[in-house]
Amino acid sequence: MQRLGHVAIWTVLLLAAGVTLFPFIWMVLTSFKPEPLITSHPEWLWPREWTLTQYQDVMRRIPFVRFTLNSVVFAGGVTLVSLVLDCMAGYAFARLPFRGRQILFVLVLVTLMLPFHVTLIPVFVLEHKLGLLNTYLGLILPRATNGFGIFLMRQFFVSLPAELDEAARLDGAGDWRIFTRIYLPLAQAPLATLALFHFMYNWNDFLWPMIMTTENLMRTLPVGLALFKGAHVIEYGVLMAGSTLALLPMFVAYVFAQRYFVKGIAMTAIKG
Amino acid sequence: MRRYGGVTAERARAGWLFVLPSMIILAVFVYGPLLAAFQMSLQKFSLAAQHQTFVGLDNYARLLQDPRFWGALRNTAYYTLGTALPGVAVSLALAMALNRRVRGIAWLRGVFFLPVITSMAIVAIIWTFLLDPDIGGLAPQLKLLGLPVKAWLRDPDWAMPAVILVGLWKNAGFYMVIFLAGLQGIPEAYYEAAAIDGAGPWARFRHVTLPLLTPTTLFVSIIAVIASFQVFDQVYVMTGGGPLFRTETLVQYIYTQGFRNFQMGYAAAVAFVLLVIVLLLTLLQMRINRSGLTGH
Repeated sequence: MQRLGHVAIWTVLLLAAGVTLFPFIWMVLTSFKPEPLITSHPEWLWPREWTLTQYQDVMRRIPFVRFTLNSVVFAGGVTLVSLVLDCMAGYAFARLPFRGRQILFVLVLVTLMLPFHVTLIPVFVLEHKLGLLNTYLGLILPRATNGFGIFLMRQFFVSLPAELDEAARLDGAGDWRIFTRIYLPLAQAPLATLALFHFMYNWNDFLWPMIMTTENLMRTLPVGLALFKGAHVIEYGVLMAGSTLALLPMFVAYVFAQRYFVKGIAMTAIKG
Repeated sequence: MRRYGGVTAERARAGWLFVLPSMIILAVFVYGPLLAAFQMSLQKFSLAAQHQTFVGLDNYARLLQDPRFWGALRNTAYYTLGTALPGVAVSLALAMALNRRVRGIAWLRGVFFLPVITSMAIVAIIWTFLLDPDIGGLAPQLKLLGLPVKAWLRDPDWAMPAVILVGLWKNAGFYMVIFLAGLQGIPEAYYEAAAIDGAGPWARFRHVTLPLLTPTTLFVSIIAVIASFQVFDQVYVMTGGGPLFRTETLVQYIYTQGFRNFQMGYAAAVAFVLLVIVLLLTLLQMRINRSGLTGH
């Protein structure tokens, strides 16, 4: 009976794993098929004829390299800048008593509850007026700090013992020096988690970069591919090649750093 | 004493300088726009016009009589029920099945987490193609099993279930990880005691796992509902809100009114409805947190 239960559980688990993986496997295999094969024999999962034309086409039909560059600059830029700002603000909220600190921290926490769709229209109007649409600055700046990141870093710095900086203070070290020399080196683990989260979130993001760019050359990968799909319904081979390439960096990173992904992303659940 | 006061003042100044960049960015791109959004919702707002007309609560009144708004609200609720409830059940089942120490289990868990790290927009492209009745990858498999094949995304009754399916597939792994953490927090001793009392697997689940996991279950349910209410990417990519507006959700409607029809004041009013719903759900969550029901 116990044995039977085990067999049943494992069968269901492997079946579920198959359902989870099938779309990805099918995407990759389809991206190596010639277009006629895709449309005439959808029942053949395995390509009976392999080709790289879909990958050549995706480079020719879409400014794919440019989309990739945009994604890297956007996701990378947000990650770098917000790590610095989140960390500094989190440190101050944890370690530097100043007047109004409580109120400001509550204001930071309030941003965690707001669906960003509410501010989307006014921010679009603002960027339109400032001429920031279709610029990297316009994509990055509004995301350059983030309530969740500040909260996470504050929780980390609060957990450290207060005696850490006493010796340095007696030696007359300034706050910037204490922050960069004593506290920052200790914060590598939470910073790595936060970096992963920021990069992945923005690399995968859709609505924000779609609204803030109107020129095709400024699109990020998800936006560029999705809009190409909207305009060319039938060309699935090209789309599967583009999707495979767009997902590849995350997949590779995930294989090598699976534990950090799971831990880091599970942590984001606590943001509410 | 003087020196102490000097240091405190210096630290306070440093504190201000450290939070200043973040606070300026939040002020310009969050707090300001939040107030602006409310102001816009009281205006007939267009990008081109030099000055905007104040219309009071007209946008909100119009909203109450707009069948497309009510439809969007209904569709969002449908999506939420369709993803959150089964999502919690599926991810709990997955977590329980995967909560064992066996070689390779980490890799199997990793498989279920894979959709979580991918872009929803790209996942939606893949699924749109998969669900294509003529050249998609799903139709042949279903025919093999003797199941009917439909143009799901073009069928008013089937489009939303298809979108829901993708939401489930994408997020189950995320909730699974939270459930796994919850399950690992239940002391083994409880199960041993139950086993000694002669409790079978179902009784152990019913009387040990489920009650002790209540905090996690509540937590997952609420974050799932909050996330579902803001669904957009897969709707936009897979159906664009169609057919016959049957998959048009609140955010899709905000997008269409604001950025397609350029009725930005009206879109802002719809966005405020979403804000109120999300705030109420968040407050509910905080209440539950504070009551000590959840461990988070």
